[in-house]
Amino acid sequence: MMKRLISVLFFALFLALSYAVLQMPPAGTPDAPSYNHTTEHYLANALEETGATNVVAAILTDYRAWDTLGETIVLFTAIVAVISVLRKRPTAEVIRDE
Amino acid sequence: MIEFFNVLLVIFLILSALAVERTKDLLSAVIIFGAYSFMMAVVWLLLRSPDVALTEAAIGAGVTTLLFVGLVSRTRRWE
Amino acid sequence: MNDIIVKTVTRIMVPFIQMYGIFVILNGHISPGGGFAGGALIGVSLILYTLVFGVGAAEKKFSHRLGDLSESGGILIYLVIGSVGIVSGGYFLTNLDAGFLKGEAGALLSGGMIPLLMVAIGIKVTSTIITLFHAMIEEDPS
Repeated sequence: MMKRLISVLFFALFLALSYAVLQMPPAGTPDAPSYNHTTEHYLANALEETGATNVVAAILTDYRAWDTLGETIVLFTAIVAVISVLRKRPTAEVIRDE
Repeated sequence: MIEFFNVLLVIFLILSALAVERTKDLLSAVIIFGAYSFMMAVVWLLLRSPDVALTEAAIGAGVTTLLFVGLVSRTRRWE
Repeated sequence: MNDIIVKTVTRIMVPFIQMYGIFVILNGHISPGGGFAGGALIGVSLILYTLVFGVGAAEKKFSHRLGDLSESGGILIYLVIGSVGIVSGGYFLTNLDAGFLKGEAGALLSGGMIPLLMVAIGIKVTSTIITLFHAMIEEDPS
């Protein structure tokens, strides 16, 4: 009984989300809410301000270079954690004995 | 025509996502997940973002599949 | 894996995959792609080599020491390129005002520091992927 109620609820959620997706503007239209003055500035001035023809690369490594640095640091921290757990080290035994 | 292709891709995406969850053989699930990533890359291409499509094809279909294959080889294959 | 077909095909394919990865990294500022996708491609080629020829042969090509060096080297290159902006009197990670070559739009040598940062990110992602896979595959199965 409870299981059926939960599936009906999820089906209603699926219908509501499908309706919401159908209301979205088509991809790439200028009327979309995400197309604001920031996008306009990037598309109009990225070539003069950075010299790169790929606007995505210009945003990633020029306008938002700090975010890419943060991403790189996240990767570095993740790999340091994995290595410190998984890799066999001769010094690890010494540290454990002390 | 392109709308029809889009709908076909999304239906395939949903079916493969369900198949990943239903499959008992974990290696088959990993391969189906790779197919899902390739379809997702095509969907990104149709949504006019080739950068994300390239990254999805390289990381989603390549690295994730290989990491999961390594993981399955270190644990057991059947759920 | 002791299959002659797989070994031969891998030996032929790996240089082409790595060539495509380098192409994607170096053309990141003029065509789709960039450091993450290109670095992932090179990492996948090294994973393929590891799967076919074993961890021992792959350790000779990409040793632990090289992994450690490129792991910290990529992020250091990024920080050094960013510091050029401070030295020239601007902010951290200043691009064209710091004196980087703007070049002609669409040429390989253009975009200021963007290709250099792409190379740094590519080195970082490659070594991350291959170090992760080696650490996972060579751990003792006991």
